[in-house]
Amino acid sequence: MDLDPSAEQRELQEMITRFSLDRFPTDIVRAAAEPGRFDRAAWRELAELGTFGIAVDEEAGGVGLRWIDAVLVHESLGAALTPGPLVAAALAAGLVDGVLDGSVVPAIVERPTHGPAFVEHLTSADVLLVIDQDGVSSIDPATVNTRALPTPTDPATPVSIIEELPSGDRLADADTARRWRLLGSLLASAQLVGIAEGSTTLAVAYANEREQFGRPIGSFQGLKHLLADCYARTEVARSALWAAGVLVDEPEAGDLMRAVAGTRVLAARAATENAKTGLQVHGGMGFTWEVDAHLFLKRAWVLETAFGSVDEAAEAVAASLEPGSISS
Amino acid sequence: MHLSDSDADAQFRAELRTWLAEAVPTLPSPPDPRDWPGRRAYDTLWQRMLFDAGYAGVNWPAEYGGRGATPTQHLIFLEEAATAKAPDVGVGFVGQMHAGPTLIAEGTPEQQAHHLRGILTGDHVWCQGFSEPGAGSDLASLRTRAIRDGDHYVVSGQKIWTSHAMVADYCELLVRTDTDAPKHKGISWLIMPMDLPGIEVRPLMTVQGSAEFAELFLDEVRIPVTNRVGEENDGWRVTNVTLSFERGTGFVGELLDTTNIMGELVELARRTPRGPGTAWDDDGLRRDIGAVAAELDALWAFTKRNVSQGAKGGMAMGSGSAFKMSYAAVVHRLGDIALRVLDRSSLAFDDIGEDRTGAQLHHKLKGFAVGIGGGTSQIQQNIIAERVLGLPRER
Repeated sequence: MDLDPSAEQRELQEMITRFSLDRFPTDIVRAAAEPGRFDRAAWRELAELGTFGIAVDEEAGGVGLRWIDAVLVHESLGAALTPGPLVAAALAAGLVDGVLDGSVVPAIVERPTHGPAFVEHLTSADVLLVIDQDGVSSIDPATVNTRALPTPTDPATPVSIIEELPSGDRLADADTARRWRLLGSLLASAQLVGIAEGSTTLAVAYANEREQFGRPIGSFQGLKHLLADCYARTEVARSALWAAGVLVDEPEAGDLMRAVAGTRVLAARAATENAKTGLQVHGGMGFTWEVDAHLFLKRAWVLETAFGSVDEAAEAVAASLEPGSISS
Repeated sequence: MHLSDSDADAQFRAELRTWLAEAVPTLPSPPDPRDWPGRRAYDTLWQRMLFDAGYAGVNWPAEYGGRGATPTQHLIFLEEAATAKAPDVGVGFVGQMHAGPTLIAEGTPEQQAHHLRGILTGDHVWCQGFSEPGAGSDLASLRTRAIRDGDHYVVSGQKIWTSHAMVADYCELLVRTDTDAPKHKGISWLIMPMDLPGIEVRPLMTVQGSAEFAELFLDEVRIPVTNRVGEENDGWRVTNVTLSFERGTGFVGELLDTTNIMGELVELARRTPRGPGTAWDDDGLRRDIGAVAAELDALWAFTKRNVSQGAKGGMAMGSGSAFKMSYAAVVHRLGDIALRVLDRSSLAFDDIGEDRTGAQLHHKLKGFAVGIGGGTSQIQQNIIAERVLGLPRER
């Protein structure tokens, strides 16, 4: 047993963080959802680092590492607020030609049971992948009637609405669809954990620098305890995340479905609660567009609904507690 | 990173599991929690069985009588023991978890020879005399006074929250040996035999209605200077050396116990009539239980993380604090859910019929013990804020 990242894994995370902050600085992130802002060159560079093919076999052109490594990478991507269809690319890299090297940009959506489909990053996508109970299908975005939202909730995540999703061409079977849903939830949770940490780091920096009553506001216990809670939420969620990530690679060592669902509950809570705390700690400035605190909160909201809701996840964990379930 | 057992760990686990399956059923039924002599006899009987089987002091170094197992194997030991519903460390807690490791690190060869084996065999039971009525979170402000008189210290003062004092043979005692020095610099660590004249033990009733700990009143207790561990006035450092001995396994037994309580609560909810069905059919309640289960799973993973780090040289600063405050919060949340399931039957503080209803209430109250004892959750928040996040000290 070893649930502590190796030095190489830490270096991998640092490399991703450095690249993201350098290539996608805040002014790029804030405008990422505006029309024509998607930077294909930067996306290809991100692909060249191996970002999307971490867990893809080397023979298939990937990096040949494991899913826990992909989890760690997505944690760093989340903390840096890196824009783009990151989870879609990680899922599709082993199946759709061109995704691995960044030349083909994917978007992914789950087929809704009712109402329109809300699709992230469709405006920059070359291929739309649809997950449903029967499998994964691909659709050429150019052939679909779509409407890009003028004001998506997260200014870094463009969103389009598709009223009628066509059936598309079947790419993979139901097992692949289930696997994508599971891995998609896990990678989104990884980004949520990154967001939980990133928003805390921003708030701590402000609490150290901002002075009132003649001293830094971070010296007041009222703020200290809020921020300590953020730290604890992050570390608890991160522990669940890492265990779930290892279980993808070692499914015999535990209950993967339950671990992924539990991680989703805690990662979503950590990300949203910490981001909300981050706004509060910034006081009036936290309510302004110019401070980045809201970017963490809005990205958390986007990811919170990706590949299943928190309520579904809590329900799945509860179901695993019933006698006769696979877990017990 | 991996979760599966190595070959050596798998073998350790298998042998232990076989032994536990044979040993646990031979135990007599557990004593009434209020029967302290009975508890001592029961806990030390189990400790002797562990000792004879080579499982006493699993994480203690072999040269001091322990098994010298890796931190991972220590975790496996605790996990398997809890799964087999073996007794927990009980009255051996202070000796095995704190006093013994302190003596290993700081004791003289004579002190080690006299005490360590007795802790491992269960013959010696220890208690802890650290906190005082006026020294809680600010432990270093303790005032129990030790005045040198030849080759003895004459000790007077009052200690509180002293678990197992009623049946202990020895007490690890913090005393003030220099009243003029800064508060951290005038403390010494003494081994106090509990049969010395001048020691009065008064049981202290908890909110759970049990005398789980006691107050110690010390009136000119004469303790040999040879019972001092470490240098005079260096007791604060001596006390803290065991922190590096603790490798993240401190709450494993508790965590697995809480997981068992949660399992019982699920059973209870599935049997408790509510509306047209059972309490378990309530979506809100069921999801809240799912969320608590997710937290317990996460804390188990957190423990593995901490043990993994500990095995590599040391836990990250703040990990223990984050774990402890999160664990306290989840015990409270589980207890809150238990009260929702129990509804009016929560008016009875003992088990009703077949259902372990009382156990749920007892566990709910235990949340306070976790969130207060050993450094309150607020102290943990301060530690995280100042030592991990680097926020300025208030004073």
